Amino acid sequence: MGALGLALVLAVVFGALFADVLSHYNPIKLAVRDRFLPPGFEHLLGTDQLGRDLFARVLHGGRIALWVALVSTSMGLAGGLVLGMAAGYGPRWLDSLLILLLDALRSFPTVMLALALVTLVGPSLGAVVLVVVLAILPSYARVVRAQTLSLKSAEFVLSARALGAPVTRVLGFHILPNIIGPLLILVSMDIPVVITIEAGMSFLGLGVRPPTPSWGSILNDGFAFIRESPWPAIAGGLPIIVATLGFTFLGETLRDEFDPKLRREP
Amino acid sequence: MLAYALKRTGLAVIITAVALIMLISMIQIIPGDPAAVLLGPLASPTMRAHFRVEMGLDQPVVIQIARFFGRVVTGDLGTDVLTNRPVLTTVAEQLPFTLALIAMGIVWSAALGVPMGCYAAIHRGSLIDRLAGLLSVSVIAVPSFVIAIYSLLIFSVALGWFPTIGAGENGHLGDQLYHLVLPSLAVGLGWVGYLARIVRASMLEVLGENHIRMARAFGLSEATITYKYALKIAIIPTVVVLGIGIGNMISGAVFAEIVFARPGVGKLIYDSVVTRNYPVVMGAVVVTTGFYVLCTLAADLTAAWLDPRVRQNL
Repeated sequence: MGALGLALVLAVVFGALFADVLSHYNPIKLAVRDRFLPPGFEHLLGTDQLGRDLFARVLHGGRIALWVALVSTSMGLAGGLVLGMAAGYGPRWLDSLLILLLDALRSFPTVMLALALVTLVGPSLGAVVLVVVLAILPSYARVVRAQTLSLKSAEFVLSARALGAPVTRVLGFHILPNIIGPLLILVSMDIPVVITIEAGMSFLGLGVRPPTPSWGSILNDGFAFIRESPWPAIAGGLPIIVATLGFTFLGETLRDEFDPKLRREP
Repeated sequence: MLAYALKRTGLAVIITAVALIMLISMIQIIPGDPAAVLLGPLASPTMRAHFRVEMGLDQPVVIQIARFFGRVVTGDLGTDVLTNRPVLTTVAEQLPFTLALIAMGIVWSAALGVPMGCYAAIHRGSLIDRLAGLLSVSVIAVPSFVIAIYSLLIFSVALGWFPTIGAGENGHLGDQLYHLVLPSLAVGLGWVGYLARIVRASMLEVLGENHIRMARAFGLSEATITYKYALKIAIIPTVVVLGIGIGNMISGAVFAEIVFARPGVGKLIYDSVVTRNYPVVMGAVVVTTGFYVLCTLAADLTAAWLDPRVRQNL
């Protein structure tokens, strides 16, 4: 399962990085005479309603998906670390307050959060990143908090404090390296969720604006014209399936390998 | 138990209140002018000013929050911009459809996931167990809207076995159930995977216990042991998890309603976002979030009732 996951992930990353080389078609150039062509040698996945090559659009859509995954995961990780360590290491009142805020954030179903936010800021890639960060931050912060709390009374931490180490050094030099392991596994298992949120928001028209290709918007176009031709819808869904399955298999194998105790809460 | 129930309920109320405060404050925190976004680029400055006054956006945040809470407590969620009806009425009309979709999704996931998990636990290590494991992970990974569109493509458009749009005729239960099959399958399929895994894990734990071995020693059949004794205990974690699952299914329901053109709160919110019907969006988000908090509360209380050890955790 892990090997399959790794293969799928590498395919997605490779496709996204070398999109221009792998397909000579321009993903946003119109060629309306060639609309709805089925897959063939000329167009590996066929063409959409405006004649654009679907394979090229899928490859370029991969760039968006991976970019969003990278940016929002790093921001979520950074935010989760800061808030989690503050909650775990700081005074009780700060802990209670942060837990309350994080639980309140978690009580929104993700799609509702996305819809409410986009109503206010308008659809854009930035909105997608914001929604993803808000959706994944609470779980990271909770894990960091739990780990920080348990390490707070560890002997090496207590001795560092006794020797006069400032808070920043204790957190950055002693606690952080010990909590980063499980956190990275959590992050790798969250990537499919991030890809799903981005694709979902683009599907609803809340993400990237046309004509920029995103897997979700390709799927949406396919859905709109599902009676004319099934191929755009199939082409839109396929990369999402490949990416989510790949990252999930990879993440599960990594977790089983490094920390079987870390059973994911759904 | 009562003390735990009261504390947990109080916590739920506080969390809902904080969540609503966050929702209102979003308007102020997010950069940009909400009036401009909501009215669109063609609005004149006078219209924007009037809109701000009408929505109460010119007041300080604290006053806005106080007014909002005052209105929510009396059941007033604002007025629908397009139809001039109370938002609560608009949302309440659409809610039953979404609830039916989620309920059916739960039925699917229980009907498919629990037996799958049981079977995998009993035949542990076999090929079927490994296949079931792979399948479970796969349906958890793939997003529900992709499942929805592919099932629409295969079972409706290509094969014609199920209807493509709508919720069926009013009052005709059979027709409505028929229209419910594919959307609820799309909503519930991801949860089949979760339930299968949880049931398998807790079944494995229970099947190793002493009283199960005793029952086997007494000569009870495997079927009786599994379904009459082990399953009852193994099912407890699934109840807890179900509360969170409903939150997932609410998100899934939005997509399913759009893909299958069904009426419901999801479609309502989506249409309102597109038409910038801000009161309906906020009102519907309030209702669904409240519903979600209620479900997780119910799940936690049920878990605490079934397993007294949970009550220490507050």
